[in-house]
Parts: sequence; structure tokens; C-alpha cells
Amino acid sequence: MTTEAAPPPGSAGTPLAGPTADEFVSVQQSPEFAELRRSYRSFAFPLTVAFIAWYLLYVLLSNYAGGFMGTKVFGNINVALVLGLAQFATTFLIAWLYARHAAAKLDPRAAAIKARMEASE
Amino acid sequence: MSGAHHLTTVAAGASEHRPLIITLFGLFVVATLIITVWAGRQTKDAADFYAGGRQFTGFQNGLAISGDYMSAASFLGIAGAIALFGYDGFLYSIGFLVAWLVALLLVAEPLRNSGRYTMGDVLAYRMRQRPVRTAAGTSTIVVSIFYLLAQMAGAGVLVSLLLGITSDGGKVAVVALVGVLMIVYVTIGGMKGTTWVQMIKAVLLIAGALLITLLVLVKFNFNVSDLLGKAAENSGQGVKFLEPGLKYGKDATSKLDFLSLGLALVLGTAGLPHILIRFYTVPTAKAARKSVNWAIGIIGAFYLMTIALGFGAAALLERADILASNKAGNTAAPLLAQAVGGGADSTGGAVLLAVISAVAFATILAVVAGLTLASSSSFAHDLYVNVIRRGKATEQEEVRAARWSTVVIGAIAIGLGALARDLNVAGLVALAFAVAASANLPTILYSLFWKRFNTQGALWSIYGGLVSAVGLVLFSPVVSGKPTSMFKDADFFWFPLENPGIISIPLGFLLGWLGTVLAKEKADPRKFAELEVRSLTGTGAH
Repeated sequence: MTTEAAPPPGSAGTPLAGPTADEFVSVQQSPEFAELRRSYRSFAFPLTVAFIAWYLLYVLLSNYAGGFMGTKVFGNINVALVLGLAQFATTFLIAWLYARHAAAKLDPRAAAIKARMEASE
Repeated sequence: MSGAHHLTTVAAGASEHRPLIITLFGLFVVATLIITVWAGRQTKDAADFYAGGRQFTGFQNGLAISGDYMSAASFLGIAGAIALFGYDGFLYSIGFLVAWLVALLLVAEPLRNSGRYTMGDVLAYRMRQRPVRTAAGTSTIVVSIFYLLAQMAGAGVLVSLLLGITSDGGKVAVVALVGVLMIVYVTIGGMKGTTWVQMIKAVLLIAGALLITLLVLVKFNFNVSDLLGKAAENSGQGVKFLEPGLKYGKDATSKLDFLSLGLALVLGTAGLPHILIRFYTVPTAKAARKSVNWAIGIIGAFYLMTIALGFGAAALLERADILASNKAGNTAAPLLAQAVGGGADSTGGAVLLAVISAVAFATILAVVAGLTLASSSSFAHDLYVNVIRRGKATEQEEVRAARWSTVVIGAIAIGLGALARDLNVAGLVALAFAVAASANLPTILYSLFWKRFNTQGALWSIYGGLVSAVGLVLFSPVVSGKPTSMFKDADFFWFPLENPGIISIPLGFLLGWLGTVLAKEKADPRKFAELEVRSLTGTGAH
């Protein structure tokens, strides 16, 4: 226990207590954990790419497509304002979708693995 | 009514009702101090001081996050930017909100599950502790100080305008008062006290913004199209006022600058240390997710109201008056409050001006408290305990170190804030976002999701992002060479953009990758297994 990477247990530098390194490795390689990771990553990663692309599209349109953005939709409401409000709408929508996905698919799987690991301590 | 005449009535209105403003602000200070003392009595160990005992609910933390995030730059700055530049001001609102999805989808839950008190806990998890904690602590303190300076400078500007304090000594005294209050909140109340101050501020800010929004909309019979039409007409710009481009559309450089700013806004939020430590105040990752969802709802609602606040100010105030009161438009929101309350000579106008001014003070106080806590936590936990004492300090020593570093950081902030009172507030906040996006976000994401990421990669990405972001700003027109620069008379700028993000953010990611693949020392796959299992399941989380 002389390396900097592993301060002595119980000191303020210890990140967290719990199961041993071997247990973590075996859980990481278990099919249950692989399923949890897949379920998280296959939802969060594509959605992140999508909303950043959508936001950048909006920034680029604001920058380089002024004429299109200025098109009147109704009254004094133009495309720029509608697309801006659409950014709000998609943000709320993605937050809601993720909360629903996490509650249905991630939380039960995570809780099961956690319970098993902490019971075997 | 001529602009000059109108302005004198505005100024007279403000100083006549100074007692009312001071009374309301005093009430806020007294109420929050009582809560701070109460919270201080319950603050016993390190988890209480740093993380408020981790007992807040998702909703409470969502409110506190909103209070921590919506700074004077959001409230006064965005309303002012819309009032002056129309649609381009509203673009800030969108970037500041969309950014929360990065925190929600990628950062909040894994961070809550695998760290204890600071951003450095997660960054150093599977790395060599001392060099990575030193880097994380440095970056935390740099980001927080830039952000802090902006708030302190904002406080000085605001108070001088609203209370009619124009002498240099008076402004310095105001900055010192803000600094002393924030030191008191944080040293006595710790995270618990700070959280309650932020929650109260969030409620006041939302209530204040809602009131003004409704009063503006009533004037237009809730017809937003009419409001926008009047704003465009009154701005003297016509329909251009409602389209992108008034502020950032001048030439190719300013368009690139806007793209650069947009990147920093959307990627910076999830790397702001004072936001990240808020996720430790709830018991579970599920509660951290709930708090971000509440924050997205509350912050989103607020930024929607900036449409009414900003375009309302453009429609109902004279442009010359907004400009004369503050060149950057920072007082448009309080002036609008006065106007919709019945005007400068009415009681209603005076009361609303006082209320909105007090809300703005509360906003600044809550944000500076959060920033001070983030930097003193990182100093005590990352630098003092884990680097200087090599993890061998007791919990009492750690909390004592955190309290003392609060006093020191507060004193530094007062000193710099007094010097920086004439600096461009928005520029400093944008710089904080750019540094957070360049130095912190790449390291956080690589740490959590990339198995091969190692100590050298972490150091290259933190220091590379930090040095390139700060360095580019140093040689940008923000600092020298333009009439709006910090040093108007000097000229050493060669980087044409005010926002460094478009260069420094990709550079931070690139250096993290390059440092990792070039390192002789390989990452330990067992440490990654541990971090990955903990971060996704919450096993063993405190």
C-alpha cells in the first residue's frame, strides 16, 4: 500500500469502501452488467450525438441562413423563433424520455447488481 | 418624452426609493443568515460540510441547482442582450439550457455514484492521485475564480446603478460586503447553508421573473406577436431585430466567434465544478437524475420568460434610456420592472424596481456562495488532504482546512473583484464556460467511458485545455487592442475571436487522446472495472 494510486483504507483519500477488486472485475464481465451497460449506452450516446448535432444545426442556420431564419410564419413570429422554441421543446422531451427509459430499463438492473454485490460483502 | 428627461426620472426614482431596496435586500440577508446559522449547527463532519449530509431531495436539489446556475449574467445579462440586440440575445438562453442534457445523459449519475466531494474524486479515481488531483484542483479554482470575478464585478455595477453609489470607494465597499457575506454563508453553513440560500434565491428569481412577464404580457393582451412587433418597431431596427445577426452577423469573424461561443455554452455546463458538486448533495444517482430534470424544467421556464423580459424591455423602454443606464444593457430588467409597475414616479414602479433589484442581489449572493464552496472544497479535499497531506489528514483537519480556504478564497475574490469592477462581465463568464468545456469535460468523459485513459492523458487534457483556453483569451480582443478590451491602451492581440472554445475544446479532447496513446504507463483495467461498475450501479456509493 505504498503506491499513490491506492491510499491506505480508512484515510480521507480512499474514494469509497466496498467489494474487492476481483468482485468488481467479475461483475463487470457478467452478462447482467453487459446488458445494463448496453441499455445505458445505446440510449444515451446516440441521443447525445443527436441533440448536439441538432443544436449545432440551429447555431449554423442562425449564422449562415439569415434569410431562411427571417421567414415569417405567422404575425411577427419567424422561423428563427420557432426553431429556438423547438430547441426548448426537444430538451424537455429528451429529459422526459431519458427519465422514462432509466426508470424502466436501468434502475431495476442497477439495483439488482448493487444488491447482490453489497449482500456478498 | 425625451430620453434625457426620462433618464433623470429613472435615476431619481432609483435613489428616492433606496431605503425600500435596502430594506428588501436586508430582509433577504437576515433570513439567509438565520438559515445559515441553523445549517451550521447541523454541520458536523466532512460529508455535512461538502455535501450537505447528502440528505436533499431531487426537487430541493433541482431548485438549488437552478439557483446556483442562473447567475447575474443570466438574469440581467440575457434580458439586457435581448433588449439591445433582439434575437441574438435569446441565443444565450438556448445554449445555457440545451447544455443540461450533457449533464443529464452523461455526467450527473456516474459522478454521484463514483465520487464523494469534488470533481477531482472522479478524475483521479483510477489515476495516480497526486498529479491528477493537483490538475483537477487547479482547473476547479481557475474556472471558479473567473466565474466569481464576473459575479463580483456584476455586483459592483448593479449596486452603483440601483443605489446611486458612484464613487470608487462605494463600489469597493459593495464588493467587500458581498465577499464577507459569502464567506459567512460558506464557512458557517457549509453546503447545507449554501443549498438553502440557493433554493430561496431560485424561488425569488422565478417569482420575480413571472410577475414581470405577466405584467408585460397583460399590456399586449397576451399576444406575443404584438409584443415582438412593438419591440422591433421601438428598437429602430425593424424586422432585423427579430432575426439572428444583429450582434454576431457583422462579418465572417464574428460568425465564427458565435459558433465558438455556442460550443462553449453547450459543453461547458457539465464541466463547471460548482454545478458538479451539487450532485453529491442527494442520496442516490436516481435522485441526482431527478434533480437535473427539475433543474431543466425550472431553468427552461426561466429562459422562456427571458423572451418577455428582453423583448418587453425593448418594446416598453426607450433604447437610449437602457443604453444610458448601462452600456451592456445590464439594468434593462430592473428598468422594465419599474415601467410595468406604473413608471418612475409611481409607488408601484418603485416597489417593483426595489423587488427586482433585491432579487438580483440575492442571485449574485447565492451564486458566489456556490462558487466559493466549490473552490474551497477542491482546495481542501484535492490539494490539501490528498496532495499535501497524502491522504493522511483527519476529517476534522479536512473541514478546518476547507473553512480556512473559504476565508482565503473569499479574500482573494474581494481583492480581485475590487480591481476587476470595470471588466466585461459577460466575457468573464463565457471564459469560465470555455475553460470548463476544454479542461474538465474531456477528462470527465474519458475517465468515465474510456478504458485506456490514463494519468498522462488526464494531465494533458486538463492542462492543455486550461492553458489553451486562458492563453487564447489573453491574446484576444477581450484583453487588448479594442475599445471594449480590459486594457484599452495596450495592443498585443493576434487571436481574432473573443471565444476560444472552437480551438481549445477540440484541443482538450485531442490532447487527452494523444497523451493516453503515447504514455508508457498503461491504464489498469481492474481500476476501470471498479469505476465502471460503481458508476453504473451505485455499489458502495456514500
